[in-house]
Amino acid sequence: MNPELSVIGSGPAGLSAAVESAKYGVKVEVIDENILPGGQLFKQIHKFFGSKAHHAGIRGYDIGWKLLKEAEDVKVAIRLNTIAWGVFKSNSRSSIGLFDQQRVFLSKPKKLIVATGATENPLSFPGSTLPGVMGAGAVQTMINIHRVLPGRRVLMVGAGNVGLIVSYQLLQAGADVVAVVEAMPRIGGYLVHALKLMRAGIPILTSHTILEAKGDREVESATIAPLDKNGSIIGGGERELEVDLICLAVGLRPDAELCRMLGCRFTYVPLLGGHVPIHNEDMETTIPGVYVVGDASGVEEASVAMEEGRLAGISVAESLGYITEGEAENEKDKIRGRLRDFRIGPFGSPRQEGKNKILAEYRRWLHSEGRRSS
Amino acid sequence: MLRIYDHPILGKLRERRKVLIEVDGKRIEAYEGEPIAAALLAAGIRVFRYTVRRNEPRGLFCAIGRCTDCVMTVDGTPNIRTCITPVRDGMKVETQVGLGRWGKTR
Amino acid sequence: MREGEALKKIKSSPGYPSYKRFIKGPVAVIECPEEIPCDPCSETCPFNAIEVGKPITNLPRLIEDRCTGCGLCITACPGLAIFVVNLNYSTEEASISMPYEFLPVPKVGEQVKVLNREGAHICEGRVIKVDEGKDHTRVVTIAVPKKFFEVARGIRLSPDVVK
Repeated sequence: MNPELSVIGSGPAGLSAAVESAKYGVKVEVIDENILPGGQLFKQIHKFFGSKAHHAGIRGYDIGWKLLKEAEDVKVAIRLNTIAWGVFKSNSRSSIGLFDQQRVFLSKPKKLIVATGATENPLSFPGSTLPGVMGAGAVQTMINIHRVLPGRRVLMVGAGNVGLIVSYQLLQAGADVVAVVEAMPRIGGYLVHALKLMRAGIPILTSHTILEAKGDREVESATIAPLDKNGSIIGGGERELEVDLICLAVGLRPDAELCRMLGCRFTYVPLLGGHVPIHNEDMETTIPGVYVVGDASGVEEASVAMEEGRLAGISVAESLGYITEGEAENEKDKIRGRLRDFRIGPFGSPRQEGKNKILAEYRRWLHSEGRRSS
Repeated sequence: MLRIYDHPILGKLRERRKVLIEVDGKRIEAYEGEPIAAALLAAGIRVFRYTVRRNEPRGLFCAIGRCTDCVMTVDGTPNIRTCITPVRDGMKVETQVGLGRWGKTR
Repeated sequence: MREGEALKKIKSSPGYPSYKRFIKGPVAVIECPEEIPCDPCSETCPFNAIEVGKPITNLPRLIEDRCTGCGLCITACPGLAIFVVNLNYSTEEASISMPYEFLPVPKVGEQVKVLNREGAHICEGRVIKVDEGKDHTRVVTIAVPKKFFEVARGIRLSPDVVK
């Protein structure tokens, strides 16, 4: 039995999309390759910002439990331990190639939502492949979900929100954060996150970078160096820090390879992490019936991911005839309003700019190819 | 201790059933259902494999099944992503050298 | 961040009380000088003493005459950026109530090292109150020599307390 809607990814975007469409009666199936659902939501043990509508003041994992309960209430089926290894176009429908650890099979939903999230960027330097150098998100997964410390003395590379938040969570987990280095002359994340670290005695060294990781077979130390205003290393300022864990928090990039397989058009938006599938205001890509939401459509935040998921969920319900155009527009307008509220201010407006670029690219494509989405 | 038994936000570590897995012949304890990589890290093991050409050590990098740096040979099958594969009682995990060799599966 | 840079930004933001208000007694000190979309502080205050309005990136404004120093905002702030300062705790000391999310939780009577916003050790302090707070954010209150009321913002427990 093929579902009407397949959602690939059970993170905040995917779950929100599934719940929203199921509420209107759509038969949804969510696919996830992991043992547990929730994407990166459950490891966010800090309180979220935003307004009440954005779940402000609630810890990420509590939002995760709420979402899962909602999914259960509207009977959304979640297939865990199942990899979507490919997507293929045949006539009007997409086929998804799946493997559930036992067998390989195809699913042919009427509509597809890609909510596959993002991947951490690597950083290359001598010793960067040594065990003990890992993504900050990886460390967060290990300490908050699996309750294991991957090291005891830590150097954090990157002072964006991920670097700052994970450094704080490392302290909470009992590790010793020796320093945070940031190549730019200013801290990239929120000042309030930085202040939490600073008043706990953790130095945040702006205009500093990591030169090398040293160790016999694992990280034993890191060499850091100051940078001048042109970003060049100031010779003679190198320092060796005794650390056994080096976290790289140097950005995330969208992971929408399934969209690429289908032939969706992409555009490059550095502000949102890199190459993203272009989409319209309903989150639909250049392949009719295929939607992209969450970090896969541009790296932002969980709150944004959930709203985008809802948008796509409603659009799918509308296109399948479960909700009238009028009702749908009404709901979508409310969501778009909340999304706009979240993309303002010095941190938010660059992301709005990024999304505007994507929407403009979509309009250009629509015009030039003269196609209409179904 | 590398296991986080008490945490200011997450509270005390919930006691779950323990299983025994074998890593390069040595028995180590693991919590039922946790990823292989978590059990290895808890036991202080961070080198998971050696690369094909230059025999360099590699371990965990992304922890969400995207990068494949953490692969090891599990129950005879090489290239298993240890960060998203749950442990099983009696599982045999081996430090993979290069591309590994296919042995008895399951 | 250069020494004193954080304090300057914070002191000039609308969430910071005037000296006139500090000398009246316990008051909330909102150290949130950047436009980020967030308003649980204003939603939580039972006395309407904190205003954010729309858009929610507005810097929170303290309406100091309404503030009673009750401290509910301390645990409401996701950024852990709100403190309650009582300049009149005693003749010699001021008290600072701060959000605390680490283990071990300090005990009343414990001596602690007090740090400023940049993490420098500025004086010794004494824990006078520990509250369970809300959703795992505890509230720890310390007493410090009065003159440090504007800069005392962090604590470090002594090594033999931390395992």
